[in-house]
Amino acid sequence: MAATAGERGWMRPAEWQLALPLTLAFAAFFLAPLLILAAISTFDDDKLARVGFAQWIKFLGDPFYWQVVGDTLKLGLMTVAATLLVGFPLALVFIEASPRWQRVLLFVIVLPLLTSVVVRTFAWIVILGQEGVINQALLATSLAPAPLRLLQTEFGLVLALTQIEMPLMLLPLLGVMTRLDPALRDASQALGASRWRTLFRVTLPLSVPGLVSGCLLVFASSTTAFISQSVIGGNRLVYLPLVIWQQSLVVYNWPLASVAALTLLVSVSACVVAISALGRHVAGGRPGAARLEAARPEAAHG
Amino acid sequence: MARRRSPADLSYALVIGGLAALALLILVGPVVIVLLTSFTEGRSLKFPPAGLSTQWYEMLFDPARSRAIHRAAGNSLYVAGVATAAAAVLGTLAAVGIARRGRGWARALDTLFMSPLILPGIAFGLAALMYFTLIGLRPSLDLIALGHVIVIVPFVLRTTSASLTQLDQALLESSASLGASWLYTFRRVTLPTIAPGIAAGAFLAFIASLDNVPVSLFLAGPRSDMLPIRMWGMMESTLDVRVAAVSGVLIAAVLALMLLMERLTGLTRRMSS
Repeated sequence: MAATAGERGWMRPAEWQLALPLTLAFAAFFLAPLLILAAISTFDDDKLARVGFAQWIKFLGDPFYWQVVGDTLKLGLMTVAATLLVGFPLALVFIEASPRWQRVLLFVIVLPLLTSVVVRTFAWIVILGQEGVINQALLATSLAPAPLRLLQTEFGLVLALTQIEMPLMLLPLLGVMTRLDPALRDASQALGASRWRTLFRVTLPLSVPGLVSGCLLVFASSTTAFISQSVIGGNRLVYLPLVIWQQSLVVYNWPLASVAALTLLVSVSACVVAISALGRHVAGGRPGAARLEAARPEAAHG
Repeated sequence: MARRRSPADLSYALVIGGLAALALLILVGPVVIVLLTSFTEGRSLKFPPAGLSTQWYEMLFDPARSRAIHRAAGNSLYVAGVATAAAAVLGTLAAVGIARRGRGWARALDTLFMSPLILPGIAFGLAALMYFTLIGLRPSLDLIALGHVIVIVPFVLRTTSASLTQLDQALLESSASLGASWLYTFRRVTLPTIAPGIAAGAFLAFIASLDNVPVSLFLAGPRSDMLPIRMWGMMESTLDVRVAAVSGVLIAAVLALMLLMERLTGLTRRMSS
């Protein structure tokens, strides 16, 4: 395709033609399925015979489903908060480490990302279970009289997701923070600012674009993490992916499954837009960050 | 700095250092624990393991006792191979096509191609199942690979686009002014420059396909079982300690591949830029 137009020079084959195959693939196998998803949600019954909004009315009229939507978004936000709390300090340590240590740390950060999600989920069963590491340690040190229930709790799930999603926070964050000029930090401290003040007035504002990308990826990934949610959360904690799976593959109510999937899609997208807007606002509103690029949602690594 | 350490600086070192240490523990601990557990002598996931043995690995590698796992692993490798090859070709072409285009359509396409990273995978998996069923395609490994291409192409696109920015425009111009055709320039100038980027992206795409749950969950059938889905089943029903052995094999394989790719392409550097 490129060769026919390419005989006359290096720029000649209209370069957009090269993007055509992938564009067609996305139209046929990404956009079209999503349209079908929307179409199927507008059927009343699971035989897809009557058109109507019965499933939407059923879903939106049921407080249980509202609770599930709220819990799902809350899970995403809690995971974002937890990965930020420990991930950002690790990034701070990273940028001040020697190149040799940076290589080691980067390896340690990337390794869990490349290890299967199912393996990482499994690891947390071993850790959180009745006979798991935490309970064994608690019993051995007599800190708890009996094994604690950690699996099938929100705490256990957020802890597991913190490990599972943390690389998604760290990689975009490191991408931005390693490009910060160390002279800025030195100048701040030479002018008498404490390290805390330097952190909050210099490093943190300049890291906002990376923080936003990281938060988006962690939020999006943790809200759709079906296996981690269902294995560690068990049946007691219900999130939207479980509803989608049950309605489509267990109950075979495709319209209701579509409604749940679209709700997940729309609510996650709304949060993504909100997080990006917040990031842009914070980045633009600070004098120290006047020359920052707009916090573009840099979808990096999933 | 010549400044003396103040109490504030000390508290900074303690708090930031402590949280960073906690982050490292959370990141690495589970991987180590799974590896140790996989060598347990017992039949449960007690930690520390009751005694050391390789019994679960022996059972895992026994073709008679672990046939279903072997078949699922074979399926997953086949799908990852096909999907990665397709994603590498389509993704590289698209990256070259939209590189350095500030114009609206190129940005719109970039956003579209990257959107599978942010949009809930489980919604796309369900959509793909309904779509393929309605247009009458039977579930098969190739269909799963097709679904995987969409969700793994962002990895190729990202690393290839990044390496295209390293490409010196003057090289392309001198090649053209010396009379080289576009295709010749692409093959002899562009491709060698961006090859490490493509390789790193293809590696990440391959791992993402092997690891994919949301698409495989909906498109896999009884005759096209996929490894992550089978492992999920083994974890859900009776906790089968072979999951630990499979995990051990996967961790070792990824570790080896990662070291190889680090040598060849500087993988980790590309992932954080």
